[in-house]
Amino acid sequence: MHGTLRMIGRRLSQIIPVILLATFVVFGLLQLVPGDIAVTLAGDNATDVRIAQIRQSYGLDRPFLVQYASWLWNAMHLDLSRSYLSNEPVLDQILHRFPTSLLIVGLALVVSLVVGIPLGILAATRPGSRLDTAVTSFASLGVALPNFWLAMILVATFALSYNWFPATGSVALGKDPSKALLHAALPALALAAGGVAEVVRQLRSALIEILSSQYVRTLRAKGLSSASILWKHGLKNVSVTLLTVIGLLVNRLLGATVVVEAVFAIPGMGSLIVNAAIHKDFPVVQGVVLAMVVIVICLNLLIDVLYTILDPRVGLK
Amino acid sequence: MIRSVLRWAWRNPAAGGSLVFLVGLFILAVLAPVVAPYSPTAQNANDTLAEPSLQHWIGTDDLGRDILSRLIHGAPATLYASFLAVTVACVIGIPIGLLAGFLGGWVDDVISRVIDALLSFPAIVLAIGVTGALGIGLTNGMLAVGIVFSPQLARLVRAQTLVVKQELYVDAARCFGASLGRIILRHIMPNAIQPVIVQVTLLLAVALLAEASLSFLGLGVQPPQPSWGAMLARAYTYMEIAPEQMYAPGIAILLTALAFNTLGEALRVALDPTMKRR
Repeated sequence: MHGTLRMIGRRLSQIIPVILLATFVVFGLLQLVPGDIAVTLAGDNATDVRIAQIRQSYGLDRPFLVQYASWLWNAMHLDLSRSYLSNEPVLDQILHRFPTSLLIVGLALVVSLVVGIPLGILAATRPGSRLDTAVTSFASLGVALPNFWLAMILVATFALSYNWFPATGSVALGKDPSKALLHAALPALALAAGGVAEVVRQLRSALIEILSSQYVRTLRAKGLSSASILWKHGLKNVSVTLLTVIGLLVNRLLGATVVVEAVFAIPGMGSLIVNAAIHKDFPVVQGVVLAMVVIVICLNLLIDVLYTILDPRVGLK
Repeated sequence: MIRSVLRWAWRNPAAGGSLVFLVGLFILAVLAPVVAPYSPTAQNANDTLAEPSLQHWIGTDDLGRDILSRLIHGAPATLYASFLAVTVACVIGIPIGLLAGFLGGWVDDVISRVIDALLSFPAIVLAIGVTGALGIGLTNGMLAVGIVFSPQLARLVRAQTLVVKQELYVDAARCFGASLGRIILRHIMPNAIQPVIVQVTLLLAVALLAEASLSFLGLGVQPPQPSWGAMLARAYTYMEIAPEQMYAPGIAILLTALAFNTLGEALRVALDPTMKRR
């Protein structure tokens, strides 16, 4: 237990530079704007006085590092400044829209795991069989499938032709849970196709490697049945791979939901960042990117901690 | 060389098929103005959303433009986008990975932390942010995607370099007084590059999907220039009237991404001696 606590402490001290670097990247996005940001923000036909005004009110006349430090200081106090477009606080906009995206991502993650894990195990225990070929072909297809295209096909089929699901919009989970799930079902399904494929591929190759290892051969020689080798030893060892996959998957699903939400006209994080990027509303762009990267980093920290609990060897390193 | 490639392709029908498909697509992309039956922007108000016919093999879009011609003219934009993004990723990622792996010490620590930080961003979200800052357009969008992919390659090259630099022949080169640049370029890079070739092939598929996503969101190719992603965006607005409009561009994206992936996986097996038996 002591070792685990020390390991968590060490991880926390390693994560701080990563978070700092990530915030630096988020703030640095502004520096990529070609030319003078104040001129861009002032819009067409702006007078020099107006440009100077904007430069001063956004603090653009100060040195870059001073700007970064004050932005970071505010962000640490949960002040992500205001949208250039709507003048609303960015944090309010994010908090307002995040639950919708999170529901879709969460649902997609559950579907990916519930479908992907059994398929991966089935394929890995019968490598080279017809079932294995079918599962791996499906996985290759899932990886290459543009998720927003699948979303369009799902809308055209199940929402427009059959009317089983709503084609657009979203409902808050707190307001009406069954309606919220109905709205989130098709977007989550569109995301889950790639997720299932990813889980199957990673799980299958990890499990095949474990099942062909030396100690499994020893267990088999000892007379242990295939079933108990799989359940007692194989899956226990593959759980570490599974954790890694979950970490990667959440990262990818958070990205993919941005595109898929556009297909369903869902007012989530996707439409927020896409509109902000098109209209050069940088505080919102920075806010959304920051929120997502902080979630991913915290999740990775959690996964690292779980590693040590599942695999005692990790803590010793 | 050519004969061994041919023999390899013959023994791996999936990989061979993918290779033939991709080479065909390249030729089609280069010859697009010659091969395409119509101009990709020629509108015909009397013949909108037409069914497939002898004149228009896969029909026309909402402005009466020939879909097949737009698909063919979209191929160069799509391939240009994928290769631009992956080239940018290589130019940034490979040298940084080589330096981190070879120099080690604090340089490696700093670079590794930066890579960790960059890999924590959902790629497409960061690409949207970078595109928003650089300005909307295909080239800016793919520069953004390339920048976002570069840490993946840097991490891979770093890990490879760490392995290769322990080899005896690197020590031998150092004993002979070879310069740092010569050791990295002549001895480490050629021996660390194989997994990178595989990863680059797989990244081409990811870049293709990223281009399609960005163009679909209106952040990539701008109309009337055709690209497969932009065609899907157009089909989306007419989905209720003509859902069949979305099939051709989607299938084109799917098949090309599938071909890059299949080729990449086959290369992984071909280049890795320990994978031979599987």
